[in-house]
Amino acid sequence: METRSTAGEANAWSIRFWIGFALCGLVLVVLVPLLNRTVAPGSPFAVPDYLVPLLGKYLCYAMLALSLDLVWGYAGILSLGHGAFFALGGYAMGMYLMRQIGTRGVYQNPVLPDFMVFLQYKELPWFWWGFDHFAYAAAMVMLVPGVFALVFGWLAFRSRVTGVYLSIITQAMTYALWLAFFRNDMGFGGNNGLTDYKDILGFDVHQPTTRLGLYLASAVGLGIAYLLCRSITASKLGRVLLALRDAESRVRFLGYSVTNAKAFVFTASAVLAGIAGALYVPQVGIINPSEFSPGNSIEIAIWVSVGGRGTLSGAILGAVLINLAKTWLTGAAPEIWSFFLGGLFVFSTLLFPRGIVGFFEQLRWARLWPGSSNSPPLPIDESVVAKEKA
Amino acid sequence: MNASSAPSPPGDVLLYLNGVTVSFDGFKALDDLSLVVEEGELRTIIGPNGAGKTTMMDVVTGRTRPDAGEVFFRGTEDLTRLDETAIANLGIGRKFQRPTVFENLSVVENLELALADSRGTWRTLFARVTPERRGRIAATLQRIGLAEHGGRPAGVLSHGQKQWLEIGMLLIHDRQLLLLDEPVAGMTDRETEETAALILDLARDRTIVVVEHDMAFVRSLAAKVTVLHEGSVLAEGSVEHVQNHPRVIEVYLGR
Repeated sequence: METRSTAGEANAWSIRFWIGFALCGLVLVVLVPLLNRTVAPGSPFAVPDYLVPLLGKYLCYAMLALSLDLVWGYAGILSLGHGAFFALGGYAMGMYLMRQIGTRGVYQNPVLPDFMVFLQYKELPWFWWGFDHFAYAAAMVMLVPGVFALVFGWLAFRSRVTGVYLSIITQAMTYALWLAFFRNDMGFGGNNGLTDYKDILGFDVHQPTTRLGLYLASAVGLGIAYLLCRSITASKLGRVLLALRDAESRVRFLGYSVTNAKAFVFTASAVLAGIAGALYVPQVGIINPSEFSPGNSIEIAIWVSVGGRGTLSGAILGAVLINLAKTWLTGAAPEIWSFFLGGLFVFSTLLFPRGIVGFFEQLRWARLWPGSSNSPPLPIDESVVAKEKA
Repeated sequence: MNASSAPSPPGDVLLYLNGVTVSFDGFKALDDLSLVVEEGELRTIIGPNGAGKTTMMDVVTGRTRPDAGEVFFRGTEDLTRLDETAIANLGIGRKFQRPTVFENLSVVENLELALADSRGTWRTLFARVTPERRGRIAATLQRIGLAEHGGRPAGVLSHGQKQWLEIGMLLIHDRQLLLLDEPVAGMTDRETEETAALILDLARDRTIVVVEHDMAFVRSLAAKVTVLHEGSVLAEGSVEHVQNHPRVIEVYLGR
């Protein structure tokens, strides 16, 4: 009977889990680079160079989805502004990459990026200081989204903003940043954003080997992020989060601080999203305000929902599958993509309300507890997201 | 039990409410309510619907702020200034009218969250299930008769079992004052008897306030009874005393 006991920690780290994790790791970290470097192009098993940054991009999206699942699936916080944390991390990395260009820019200014020369900046704005050092930029990748989420989250959770209201203010947050980053006088390149990168840590970003390195960094980053999320959800704090997702006031009466628990997990999640953004930018070669667009953040929620929220692995699966479909469909029939995405969301919600992974877990649940009509109740009304998208 | 004879010797006051008023849009849910519960006492509170029983519990546990009046715990802790979390950590536990257990967690995990333990966010992130904690959980499972069901998700328990689990969660937290809101609602007669026995047992080493509708159950607890009506105290004393009180009869029978 002791299938889901307090030994939740032990179950989370079973041999079976580690075998699965190692297999996925082997495919992503060993097999893909091997097929890329050793198999001759043209062979059906080859991973061509152009595919490597694309795969890396999917892995960054997967990490972003993972960060949303941590807050939405486990703590019931449906953030529709997670794209903002991703973009903030991305901008921090973009600023480092801009400073690396140096005199190789069009205007050959050793300090000022091209857009600043063009906009007649005389000197580097203070918030650009230090971004020529990778370590400083890497710290900012985590600190900026983290501190922003901590302040925003703490204020919202302390005032007990929950459910739809919280989703709406997170949308407003990313919308406000979207508008702000469009402005030229913000000092982040306005509409065009930051682009034309040359190198990262001394390696040419256009070289296939550098791209493979960035892909590997994304794969390893995703693996570490997954283990971190899993250790949070398997801890006692993870059970507090599940408990407050389902019965928030009850958790308060047990003496736990709901505000602190939520602020913690929201901040941790924003930091992960920021790192995902930072890994993403050098692989796609640009960061601009469109990353802040409200629609982007809603799309992340769809990835998680289709894959299965509250499962972690479902978030990764959903992000990769939907983006594969997006890549293919926006090439083959771009005009139907948004209908496809909307339709997918509606039908998956109707037919598989727990997503792909959740569907299989439900089958297992039914086998474990035969005769019970009970299964984990759905914590959040899915129609909220549907309405937002419409 | 310290209830049957009317004026009990003055012990230490544990919970003190004086002139508490709460109004919602002009409706006075509590109207100048004064109530004193002594350390170690078992008290039952009865009253018709809308008498303010649940609002009184909301005020004590920090869910509702009173418009006027004072609420003190152990004589010095001003409960009107604290939030739910802080009040819970002072040692006041509450059981809701509708059983609210965490349905997605197992029975054992529900008890684990209720264990008297550090509640800090960091501490819970790194908390481990020690043999000592495991032992206390096992002992509580025995006591609430759910030893066979430890690994089951709380969501699949029967209504009565959920009530017991919730009582078990109060038990394992080891609080000084327990507020039980209709603990036998929806229970069978047998379950009600067992619950009464459990509450009497619990009352030996802590203070308990029970809000109840079921008069048979109130009688079986044989404790001091407070009758609320329209937000203030109508009568107070032994079960026999309040049952023969003319005003109580009038209010209860609607004459």
